Amino acid sequence: MRERLSGNEAAAIAMKQINPDVVAAFPITPSTEIPQYFSTFVSNGTVDTEFVAVESEHSAMSACIGAQAAGGRAMTATSANGLSLMWEMIYIASSLRLPIVMSLVNRAVSGPLNIHNDHSDAMGVRDSGWIMTFSENNQEAYDNLVMAHRIAEHKDVLLPLMVCQDGFITSHSIENIELIEDEKVKEFVGKYKPEHYLLNDKEPIAIGPLDLQAYLFEHKTQQAIAMRNAKKVILDVAKDFEKMTGRSYGFFEEYKMEDAEVVIVCMNSTAGTAKYTADRMREQSVKAGVLKIRVFRPFPAEEVAKALAKAKAIAVLDKADSLNAAGGALFEDVTSGMFVNKIQVPTVNYVYGIGGRDTTSKEIESIYQDLLEIVKTGEIGNPYRYLGVRGCE
Amino acid sequence: MAYNHKQVMVDRPSRLTSGHRMCAGCGAPAVARMILRAVKPEDHVVVSNATGCMEVSTFLYPYTSWTDSYIHTAFENAAATLSGVEAAYKAMKATGKLPEDKDTKFIAFGGDGGTYDIGLQSLSGAMERGHDMVYVCYDNGAYMNTGIQRSSATPKFADTTTTPAGTKVPGKMQPRKDLTKIMVGHHLPYVAQTIALNNFKDLYEKSEKAIYTEGACFLNVLAPCPRGWGYNTEDLMQINKLAVETCYWPLYEVIDGKYVVNYKPAKKLPIEEFLRPQKRFKHMFKPGNEWMIQEFQEEVDARWQELLDLEEITNK
Repeated sequence: MRERLSGNEAAAIAMKQINPDVVAAFPITPSTEIPQYFSTFVSNGTVDTEFVAVESEHSAMSACIGAQAAGGRAMTATSANGLSLMWEMIYIASSLRLPIVMSLVNRAVSGPLNIHNDHSDAMGVRDSGWIMTFSENNQEAYDNLVMAHRIAEHKDVLLPLMVCQDGFITSHSIENIELIEDEKVKEFVGKYKPEHYLLNDKEPIAIGPLDLQAYLFEHKTQQAIAMRNAKKVILDVAKDFEKMTGRSYGFFEEYKMEDAEVVIVCMNSTAGTAKYTADRMREQSVKAGVLKIRVFRPFPAEEVAKALAKAKAIAVLDKADSLNAAGGALFEDVTSGMFVNKIQVPTVNYVYGIGGRDTTSKEIESIYQDLLEIVKTGEIGNPYRYLGVRGCE
Repeated sequence: MAYNHKQVMVDRPSRLTSGHRMCAGCGAPAVARMILRAVKPEDHVVVSNATGCMEVSTFLYPYTSWTDSYIHTAFENAAATLSGVEAAYKAMKATGKLPEDKDTKFIAFGGDGGTYDIGLQSLSGAMERGHDMVYVCYDNGAYMNTGIQRSSATPKFADTTTTPAGTKVPGKMQPRKDLTKIMVGHHLPYVAQTIALNNFKDLYEKSEKAIYTEGACFLNVLAPCPRGWGYNTEDLMQINKLAVETCYWPLYEVIDGKYVVNYKPAKKLPIEEFLRPQKRFKHMFKPGNEWMIQEFQEEVDARWQELLDLEEITNK
């Protein structure tokens, strides 16, 4: 079914088709439209969902935890400070092994206050035990949500999952999109059948103990194992999804990577600009490529390293600054993966687009030019670079 | 149904089993046991518990004292968590995912820290949204789990570890928040203030009403703490009695906005009777500090009179 939808509408329609038992959400720009659209579905009876219009994001995640632990499917949507306020509950959701699904519309975390896109919200929860997928465009934001429950609820995984998309850039842009029929989504997502749940009066359970030195380490390790298990499940679900739609998804997308010498690694909507620029570079006989990360948690370290093995210079783009004097989160993950897998390619980091600063194809081209210079001279210089900002030497 | 203590104790075994690690002389477990006894034996319960003494003492992995389903997630969100459980229950009942002939009741327990203070927003939200649940605050008047720090429920002049009675500042300098009235301001179908007293009749009957009144209901239960208050463990019931007889903790309920004061002492005892057995008020009895007792008495009197006035006004 071809449609023209914004990223937020696409996410809301995926949620409608999934028809969860509970949606608990609190408005925050730029994800507000998702609970708004969804409330309309509730008011008009097109879903069976109980919509809980909570008084804060902390309560949104708390209610999702309660609902999922009760034995239902729970979903939410948020951005930036909303996710920050949820932070405590984000860790608790994953530690309780509750496959809650969230639509995260990425926006800069305060402060100062800014409502536009970067990835500082997502990076704040990168070690929380949530599966995290990123979406280049509205189609991917939709597709990633349709695949989410199959991954999160798999018995070898049982972890919450967030689908990220760029605030305003995709959330508010209307694009052509291919929707899947309601019945097909329903069948693909399947019924939620938790093994243990609060509302099963035949088997009362207690959830969320005081868990001290004797057991906590084992319980956290089980989360780590589940995250490793998620890698296979993500690919298996993607295969089934491809059978249904013809759209193919891996951990990442390799764009013109077969012979690429200068490569940009990035996430979300910037990949579109990077691909466009790579095409322009190739017109100038530059062997440019793009590696777009779709699955950020679990991080496919070995697969990314192997995909980058043949490059001559790499730029990793971070749309969030770790403020650590040692590069952004994606840069650290990519270079660590390469090092461990004994792949030595000159690699630099660019922090870019903070607070919604526009990133143009011209700027992306300047990165490719920098990479060509590195290839030519063999000198990396400063690996911790910034793109499109004043006052940074 | 008339309340018969012996019969209730025989017919309804405790749903919070023994073996938990709450202190001897603590008011909270007795309160929790009695509230759960007010649930019909055939009904299932999901308990939501805020972080606090009760949580860390009753569910230390891999042991639990709760025979019903139980969830603890964090300190400030017992109400929000339970609102999610209740919402899932509604949705799952409506779509036939749960048996039709089986009822589940939703009860949250939080201390005064998790209720008056850090959890007030979550509580207010859940109550305003009208989830079919009972929120029980077991009020012991300070953050006891972390070592007796003041809360907004701590009475004026009390000696706590963050309001120590010193030479310049004689304990906590602010009067305590009246949470029960704040909850009345939410226009709930049932709000009550109670305590474990006289064979638990008041507590039991109010619990039963709260649990079986549809919508969001609130119970505020004074639950003394021997560590924080400094009384002998065997004196728990005596302390409860004095709290009521001095009108420090009046027993009342507000049903659809109408106040009912359940007990009016024929002869109100002076507040010293309640204060004297507690170490946290010891400094108030030093020579020269008579003004503190007088001020405390005046506040108790004013609040009691206000309550009587509210009863009169709302029943006109």
